[in-house]
Amino acid sequence: MTALRAFAATTVRVVVLLAIALAMLAALLIATGHDVVPALSAMVRGAFGSYYAITSATIVRMVPLALAGLAVSVAFRAGILNIGAEGQLLVGAAAATAISGTLVGVPWSIGIPVMLLAGAIAGGAWAAIAGALRLRFGVLEVISTIMLNFVAQYLTGWLVRGPLQEPTQVNPQSATLVPELHMPVLLEGTRLHAGVLLVVVVAIGVWWWLRSTASGFRLRAVGATPTAAASAGGIDVPRTMFGAFLVSGLLAGLAGSVEYTGITYALYENFSPGYGYTAIAVALLARLHPLGVLATALLFGALQAGANAMQRDAGVPSVVVSVVEALLILLVMAADRWRPSRADETGT
Amino acid sequence: MMQEVTIGVSTVDVGALAVGAALLEATVRTATPLAYAALGESVSERAGVINIGLEGSIIAGALSATIAAGAMGVGGGFAAGAAAGLLVAALFALFAVGLRADQIITGTAITLFALGLTGTVYRTVYGSGGVALTTPTAATHALPIISTLPLIGRAFFAQPLVTYALYVIAPLLAWWMQRTHAGLALRAVGEYPEAAIAAGISPRRTQLLAVLFAGAMAGLAGATLVLAQAGTFVEGMSAGRGFIAIAIVVLGRWRPLGVAAAALLFGAATSLQTLFQSMGWTGIPYQLFLAAPYLLTLLVLAITAKRGPRRLV
Amino acid sequence: MTTVPTGAVLLSLDGFTHAFGRVRALDGASLQVRAGSVHALLGENGAGKTTLMRVVFGLLRAQQGVMQWRGSPITMRSPSEALALGIGMVHQHFTLVPTMTVAENIALGGHGAFDPHRAADRVRDVAGTAGLVLDPHARVQDLPVGAQQRCEIVKALARDVTLLILDEPTAVLAPAEAAELLRWIRRYADAGNAVVLITHKLRDALAVADDITVLHRGRTVLTTAARDTDQASVADAMLGGARALSASDTDVVNVVVNDRARAVSGPPVLTLDAVTVRDANGVDHVRSATLQVRAGEIVGIGAVEGAGQHELLRVLSGRLSPTSGSRTIPESVGFVPEDRHRDALLLDAPLFENTALQGAGARHGVIDWNDFRARTAALLQRFDVRASGAEVRARTLSGGNQQKLVLGRELEAAREALVVENPSRGLDFVATNAVHQAMRAARDAGMAVVLYSSDLDEVVLLADRVFAMHDGILIESVKDRDVLGRAMLGGDIGDAGVALGADA
Repeated sequence: MTALRAFAATTVRVVVLLAIALAMLAALLIATGHDVVPALSAMVRGAFGSYYAITSATIVRMVPLALAGLAVSVAFRAGILNIGAEGQLLVGAAAATAISGTLVGVPWSIGIPVMLLAGAIAGGAWAAIAGALRLRFGVLEVISTIMLNFVAQYLTGWLVRGPLQEPTQVNPQSATLVPELHMPVLLEGTRLHAGVLLVVVVAIGVWWWLRSTASGFRLRAVGATPTAAASAGGIDVPRTMFGAFLVSGLLAGLAGSVEYTGITYALYENFSPGYGYTAIAVALLARLHPLGVLATALLFGALQAGANAMQRDAGVPSVVVSVVEALLILLVMAADRWRPSRADETGT
Repeated sequence: MMQEVTIGVSTVDVGALAVGAALLEATVRTATPLAYAALGESVSERAGVINIGLEGSIIAGALSATIAAGAMGVGGGFAAGAAAGLLVAALFALFAVGLRADQIITGTAITLFALGLTGTVYRTVYGSGGVALTTPTAATHALPIISTLPLIGRAFFAQPLVTYALYVIAPLLAWWMQRTHAGLALRAVGEYPEAAIAAGISPRRTQLLAVLFAGAMAGLAGATLVLAQAGTFVEGMSAGRGFIAIAIVVLGRWRPLGVAAAALLFGAATSLQTLFQSMGWTGIPYQLFLAAPYLLTLLVLAITAKRGPRRLV
Repeated sequence: MTTVPTGAVLLSLDGFTHAFGRVRALDGASLQVRAGSVHALLGENGAGKTTLMRVVFGLLRAQQGVMQWRGSPITMRSPSEALALGIGMVHQHFTLVPTMTVAENIALGGHGAFDPHRAADRVRDVAGTAGLVLDPHARVQDLPVGAQQRCEIVKALARDVTLLILDEPTAVLAPAEAAELLRWIRRYADAGNAVVLITHKLRDALAVADDITVLHRGRTVLTTAARDTDQASVADAMLGGARALSASDTDVVNVVVNDRARAVSGPPVLTLDAVTVRDANGVDHVRSATLQVRAGEIVGIGAVEGAGQHELLRVLSGRLSPTSGSRTIPESVGFVPEDRHRDALLLDAPLFENTALQGAGARHGVIDWNDFRARTAALLQRFDVRASGAEVRARTLSGGNQQKLVLGRELEAAREALVVENPSRGLDFVATNAVHQAMRAARDAGMAVVLYSSDLDEVVLLADRVFAMHDGILIESVKDRDVLGRAMLGGDIGDAGVALGADA
């Protein structure tokens, strides 16, 4: 199947599933006593209704979602259920925050890459803990990554009240990043930052790596049929899996550091509105395809932007979007049950 | 460390004893919801189903109990909690047992679903102002005589009914698993389904019932959180207990009595925070204590490398 | 249960036919079991014995065939029906829960409260009546295999059985245990019960059976009273009666002659010296095997399932390391495994990715997919793989074409040696021929080829030298079908063979 046809097929799938999910959302709105039309129209406006909405609400949310979605995709493609993108993301943001203190006076062309790199490495290390637990002790990574999410959360809580707390020692958050080290803004008057370019580049990079390199192929083979990978391919399955943990954590950590340097400029509790968990839906809906992730991340960015607007303008709790995300995951699973192929099929 | 009391009685022990008793009492209280969730999950896992969506059942139970208790009192709250937990588990079973979809991803989706739904319903019903709402609380019933025992008296015998129920449920489950044909069937399905099939047992039906039971128990756990601990509902208050329950099951070796004991251990880990705070230890950040149960989970899982019921790991 | 007079026909099966897809598991099978007798059902692997018994036990509805129980026609719809009639089956692969006790296993499926003491009493009752020794409180996983089997038997007997079917019961037993079981079977039948003994071990069958039925390729080729026949005749029947089919006989002879006319092969490529393979449970699958495979020859191995060939082939192809002994093999040995879906192919990947799978472990850098596409296209051509192109997913290919693809891939990658496991399993006649041709071509080009097949004809047809493998031991044999067959089944072959291993 050519890339174009795969893309079209994915788009059709997404549209159909989204329609079903929105229908369920509407039902939920009715059930909780909200007016459907004002709520949904507030949602659409919040996501696409204005230039500002598109650039500074939707697309900026797409950035961390896409990076975290890529993290989850890579892991799932290797047969690893990394539910820890949330924690890896936090740790990445924390690392970027921590190192920013040493970058005073450094030009952004060096400072920003350093922060991003620190975040990526931290995320990779955080994921490596789960990887080691899995490969050495057989601990299910689902549980260990979720546990590490909580630990990361509390770690952040301690950091912003302790070593990384802002100078006045009043608020539980870090010092604000100096403006010279902010991610360059692409469109004046908006929050659209260079991170979106980075995301596209990274997505293409991951896509290319998976389809065109020997290591990427090994990862896909292990995720598809580990027995054949070992027997026919002579592939070192445990080593490949550990590598997948690392890359996945790296991407999630990058998501955290990009969000820090591009949007929040500070570390605080509740830094992430569940990006790491939404990323699972992002990845599954994109059938784990790196380029598809860009599209589904945009969709979920729109959903979250719209949800915020829906809460603000129509009084519907924004957390309802988690319901939509979960429903989408379940629908994807149910839909895949009637197809011969699996969600993480090897494919370019 | 030990607070010296100098009013005539022996000075040394009173302080430590008082603190120890308080710690134990807090431990039992904290352990109760963990034990409910873990006992339910142990039954599910014995049948070969690992329910990552347990967290969803807990939070659903918590919210349902909150809403129902206002109208129907504490008893109604617990009943509603169990029912809500069961419903969420039914949704999980539809996909994981019925459609044989991946247990892990399904469970994760169920958890997200329940967290989102409870958040939505909560804010709709109670508003997003963050107003602290209070629910009727389960009263503690101090059992005569034994509740005056030193150290353990109040801890184990001055608790709400829902804790006492555990003293019956845990041994009952243990008996049921070893001494009834249904319990045998459950274990067979989880260990070696081919044997169960050959004996005329339906693995799917068994697994469904096990999952529903786990959901109801988890719902009770959530209800306990609200009605016997916090006295209110907070979004996300399940705080990963569903996942911790899975670790408790492993530590307890999938046996009801072991699971109950392991729940106590985790309850203690959480309560240690209170202990250190009351002793005035400020050196260690309190977040470390909050993180303790999760770190303990990782440790337990790493150490207990031996596999559980065959179908799972 | 009204007793049937000894000698009367209890169970009658006539003209049973059943195909799984293209494979005919049963092709005119029949059987008559008399009450109070031991009836041995013999045949090689894949002959249809287990399939036929699954029909009897209600696990399978055959497409054609008439079954009669005590003279009345019947269709068995489920194991519960079979059990209700008094038919019990002890399967080859035990259905026992390892962590439970014997009593618990036997009680499984009951209702209400479970009293371990009452259950233990019941076990002792049934076992005692049958003359079997069994500890009800022992945990199944702690029991030796023989005891586990007794547990399975008691489990079956606990349900009031008139006809007991035993599927390959001695396959997992040590010789002493097997002898004891056979003695028990004899006693049990003498007490008025009927036993169907499914086995491929003709010595066991002849020792204990009253009647013998031999299946070959799903068809009954011999029905006789045990006392009216001998080992040689039964073996012949099991191997398809080579003597009777003169046409194929001469074909085999011609090919043998032609092969023998070929020049003696070259230097050793695959060498094993006293290689033993022991698994995690301490069971020896390969016992001190010594073997040399030279360039330009095909070595054929005949064996029944579980004789150790699975491990031997993987040691030869470098997929498994020996526990002891030494091995010399080239760096890259081609391997075509029996279960290609599990071990050789990425089913949901396009064909060119499957080609690239070979050697993926050692590859670096960027993959030139165009190269692999071209190589795959050439592969498809050379080995006549019917596929629309190199981009289609492996799953869309038929079994035969999948096999040809795997074979081609392995041949192209490994220049020196090739190991092949049951290459024509699930393939039709045409595909099988293609695979055979490819193997011969490889041999002619100077490769060392090792072939294992559960189809004896195939082994004898293709191989230059043949070995039988029995109980982990390699036995070199003359290239004669009957001799090889007998060696494979554990029979005596005297001077016609040389055992190459410990405990020979």
